[in-house]
Amino acid sequence: MKNKSKWLSGPYVLWMVLFTLIPLGVVLYYALTDSVTGEFTLSNLANFANYWPIFLRSIWLSIFATLICLLIGYPVAYYIAHCKPALQRLLQMLIMLPMCISFLLRTLAWVALLEDTGIINNFLTSIGLSALPLIRNNGAVILGMVYNYLPYMILPLYTVIMKIDHRLVEAAQDLGCNSRQVFAKVTLPLSVPGIVSGITMVFVPAVSTFYISQKLGSPGTILIGDVIESQFKAAYNPNLGAALSLVLMVLIFVCVGIMNHFTDSDDEESMVTL
Amino acid sequence: MSQELIRLTNLVMEFDGERILDSINLYINDKEFLTLLGPSGCGKTTTLRVIGGFLTPTSGDVLFDGKRINDVPAYQRKINTVFQRYALFPHLDVYDNIAFGLRIAKLSEAEIDERVTEMLEIVSLKGFENRKVTSLSGGQQQRVAIARALVNRPKVLLLDEPLGALDLRLRKDMQNELKRIQQAMGITFIYVTHDQEEALTMSDTIVVMDKGKIQQIGKPEDIYNEPKNAFVADFIGESNILDGVMLEDYKVKFFGRVFSCVDKGFAPNEPVDVVIRPEDIDIVSADEGHLCGTVTSVTFKGVHYDTIVDFKGFKWLIQTTDFCPEGSHIGIRLNPEDIHIMHKSEYSGMFGDYSSYSAEYDEIADAEVTEDEE
Repeated sequence: MKNKSKWLSGPYVLWMVLFTLIPLGVVLYYALTDSVTGEFTLSNLANFANYWPIFLRSIWLSIFATLICLLIGYPVAYYIAHCKPALQRLLQMLIMLPMCISFLLRTLAWVALLEDTGIINNFLTSIGLSALPLIRNNGAVILGMVYNYLPYMILPLYTVIMKIDHRLVEAAQDLGCNSRQVFAKVTLPLSVPGIVSGITMVFVPAVSTFYISQKLGSPGTILIGDVIESQFKAAYNPNLGAALSLVLMVLIFVCVGIMNHFTDSDDEESMVTL
Repeated sequence: MSQELIRLTNLVMEFDGERILDSINLYINDKEFLTLLGPSGCGKTTTLRVIGGFLTPTSGDVLFDGKRINDVPAYQRKINTVFQRYALFPHLDVYDNIAFGLRIAKLSEAEIDERVTEMLEIVSLKGFENRKVTSLSGGQQQRVAIARALVNRPKVLLLDEPLGALDLRLRKDMQNELKRIQQAMGITFIYVTHDQEEALTMSDTIVVMDKGKIQQIGKPEDIYNEPKNAFVADFIGESNILDGVMLEDYKVKFFGRVFSCVDKGFAPNEPVDVVIRPEDIDIVSADEGHLCGTVTSVTFKGVHYDTIVDFKGFKWLIQTTDFCPEGSHIGIRLNPEDIHIMHKSEYSGMFGDYSSYSAEYDEIADAEVTEDEE
């Protein structure tokens, strides 16, 4: 029986080999070869030092956006988890609704809102106020990230908070906790798995994004995703692009690893995701 | 000597217009072991939750030490609870679970350590301090739950079916253990169970509940020997319940025959329910008996035989160590103290007839119970 069920995972294993492992090998090959001669070199990887400020900006903007998502998302998830089931389903659907609309379209919609001659500024000037610099700055990029990735924070948090056994809350009250202490001693620690997967699911796509920064940022706020994209499209240096992707991947692994370390120590179920 | 600690007056609890508790009046003495006993949905857990502060009664009062505590939230009550299925904190180890209440109370770590260690000893869990609670067996989790509540030295401990998830052997051990702890620490226990045997074994006082009402309050012996109505008689132990007429004091008539009994104070010719416990019936030969009947089924139960005897179409359960084969014609004798008379109640006629008796009866009843309230 066991041997048979193993074969069922066959198609996916094949898929993974074809479209994950082999491409990863190709990336590795490009990253370690010279763009002209095709010989082995570490210069592409060494080159990443030139892009270090961009790496750092990508990371801190993403961390910032992730924290905002957490601050906004946790209360929302907590609220939904304590609603009546019918309302829960409705709110859950509303949270997911934007995800059904194209990512590109949503970002372009923000451009239309924030532009110097966009909807908001037109409104401001029409009532006699001066226009605000709403777009092409770090704030706009963070806004774009928060807006696009917030559902990925709320949903895992909601799932975990909803599953917390209400009797544990009562047990804490029974042992002398007021509502603030119940939250600090029971609800929050038990929602750590949701926090970790929420952070991962927001941070990873945010740090590698390029479209948001292209549309809402300025040339001064380009992210590492933009640089990598341009190596394949504009500058045509796939070797450098591959090297940068590789570095980014390692950085993401390190970040996620650090985060999981927080929960591994006290809970084996910390890798719970959606 | 014993002092009143908790009093419930005219307690009513309604959910969505449905009455779960119907004017409960009850007082509980200090250091008493009181059991709320009844079938699922009888309101016993609701009563417990009202005392614990997890539910606010629709009307009526909860008094603690003479003070009204209806609006005092759970965390401010000097009451701790052992929850059904324990509700241990999965993110904390055994030590931290037990220390939880003490840390909230901001005791010094030295005192916490002393009290937790002492508690671990009482519940025989020394050496388990750093174990994850999820890795413990049911019985061990049970002990942690008890320790976690008792370490706070509450005036009252509420226990909601605490032994329900344990197997029979462990349950018996824990019953003795709980009784011992209760006596050693001098704490009032309010215990909820649907298991009549458990209630009879452990309690100082039993409160039998059904349909949100208290049916009877009394000592275990009184509840068993002097049930107030057919429900109590049937729920606590087995009972044959027959229609009878109380002719005068000490004289009752049923099956067309007058028996002497030890009850009095009924109206002349009052229709009554007559309870006869299956273990009180003496089997004799057919010509010596007060009544004669035919054995229709015999089930071996270990200590005794469950013998069903047909008396003029009404089937009795007799528990006897004497084997009477199926189809045999036997007589029975009833002594005056074997006959117990009850006033008619809404439960009359619902219980105490073994016409539909089957050997699986007990298992079926248990399966129903495990479906649980809430």
